[in-house]
Amino acid sequence: MELRKDYFADVRKDDLHEIGQPRPRSDSPGHVTGRTAYFADRNFPGMLHLKMVRSPHDHARIRSIDTSEAEKHPGVVKVLTAKDVPHNVYTILILIQVGPEDETVLADGKVRWKGEAVVAVLAETERAAQEAVAKVKVNYEVLPAVFDMEEALKPGAPVVNEYHGQNYYLYDSGECRKVRFGDVDAAFAQADHVLEQSYQSSPIEHAPTETTGCVVAPEGNDRFTCYTNTQAMFFTLDNTSIILQMPGSKLHFVGGTVGGGFGGKVDVIVEPIAILGAKLTGRPVCFIYSREEEMQISSPRAAEKVVIKDGVMKDGRIIARKVTGYTDAGAYSRHSPYGAQKGAGHYPGPYTIPNVWIDTYCVYTNRTPSSAMRGFGVTIGDFALEVQMDKLARLIGMDPLEFRFINAYRDGDMKAHRQPTEGAALIECMQEASRAANWPVAEKYMAMSSYKNGA
Amino acid sequence: MAKVPVQFTLNGSEKAEFIDSGTTLLNVLRDKIGDTSPKGGCHQGTCGACSVIIDGELRLSCLTLAETCNGATITTTSGLAEGGVLHPLQRAFLDTFATQCGFCTPGMIMAAKVLLDHTPDPSREDVVEALSGNICRCTGYEPIIQAVLTAARANSQNAA
Repeated sequence: MELRKDYFADVRKDDLHEIGQPRPRSDSPGHVTGRTAYFADRNFPGMLHLKMVRSPHDHARIRSIDTSEAEKHPGVVKVLTAKDVPHNVYTILILIQVGPEDETVLADGKVRWKGEAVVAVLAETERAAQEAVAKVKVNYEVLPAVFDMEEALKPGAPVVNEYHGQNYYLYDSGECRKVRFGDVDAAFAQADHVLEQSYQSSPIEHAPTETTGCVVAPEGNDRFTCYTNTQAMFFTLDNTSIILQMPGSKLHFVGGTVGGGFGGKVDVIVEPIAILGAKLTGRPVCFIYSREEEMQISSPRAAEKVVIKDGVMKDGRIIARKVTGYTDAGAYSRHSPYGAQKGAGHYPGPYTIPNVWIDTYCVYTNRTPSSAMRGFGVTIGDFALEVQMDKLARLIGMDPLEFRFINAYRDGDMKAHRQPTEGAALIECMQEASRAANWPVAEKYMAMSSYKNGA
Repeated sequence: MAKVPVQFTLNGSEKAEFIDSGTTLLNVLRDKIGDTSPKGGCHQGTCGACSVIIDGELRLSCLTLAETCNGATITTTSGLAEGGVLHPLQRAFLDTFATQCGFCTPGMIMAAKVLLDHTPDPSREDVVEALSGNICRCTGYEPIIQAVLTAARANSQNAA
């Protein structure tokens, strides 16, 4: 690794001993010898296997549930429905006052996406649990479903989630997160060119090699140890405490070893129901997603739509940017209201633009609930922004990298969110990228600096 | 259900179990014997995390019925280090940062070991081909390929 010490020489410390030095990872010796203990490597005598009955419909009313045949199936120990869950309606971010509670641990009266958990079966073997799942009879009345965000926002669209009442998340700022800076309409009128483009993405599954799951062991004193691969240990502990109406002191969570997460293991899905199963049976319980469940049931990255309208001058300055972002939460909030809000905080990208308008919506549809994934709320936005930057450069006949130098934010520039830019270093990164990629730019850009007085 | 006896050598020691007919080798190794180094990532033969070596050949333990392993010699990643000294592949995986979450690592090392046992001086293409049945979602594969090539070089230097 090369360290360019000529950049920021006046502010950098030269007594750093770790940066640029390879250091062994403390977890690698366990990995290469096969000794690292993942949650599924815990095995307890008498452990039960939990399998879910899942909705085959995207949107349906549940008329009735009949578990009698499943309960009689050899090896079945317990069958759980919504009435067994002490606090069945929850939402993860309630811990930071982002409500309302809008999701059921086990479906109660309604399902809102294909794959939603309806009934949990606990049995002596995985096979017995799977066979009993097939014997649970659920009578559904299928309801109209909506899968497209624009369709969901139209008047008269089927209401996906009654806990919200409308198909968007209602922020304290209204139907969307909003940023207003300068006067975009006046700037569009003055611009040499105006370019409006729409960008869309599909949901993306993290596909970790280790599927989501947990192993729960009763400690014999009303306390339960939960071995889990959650990426959000304390969110999971506190939400489980709410869902099961048990004090946190009764819940002992062991984790930190995750066989690939990428944001896909931050939802509180498997732990509460597995602990409830252990509590009601007095037996250890494992609930491990099959590969099919990991791909079909676990939250993906949200589908997004981003509409960007820019006003640009022939000399390369962007004078106005209007962004409308849509995040497809699927049927439930999980982390998506936060993801959509992050988008509002991220646009208009690392550029200084004097007139900015941002609206970001979190939209409910009858699709698999989406949630966190690496840079969610930002990554798809960056794809849209940077493709848009290339299109703008082409429009005015300018080199795309030089176009970015002109608009790059510098220290001291006021951002649309009324925060002054600090420690930007974007100019310097682009100068190095220009060298590394052998994409030369004019000398005046190589002489620029992120410091205001250097530009 | 009547149990089926199965007996094999695992990492140099004799093992004997009574199992349900149809049980996979992966489940016997993990749940009966307690060797959890082979991982269950898909249970359908697509991810390679459960890879083990049976009589010198690379096998997916999730698709191998344990009762077909009678009399076999089986090696898993937990049995590679000798007397606390890491196998050259384990050393190379450490040194080239070829592990991140570590879940695919035991399977990767098994696939790499079978390659080096048959082809001590592999080309990069040989390595890519040998690892093509093993999925890693963290590293982007490049550090793993480098680890295998590094281990091959270390072996040839030791032999010279």
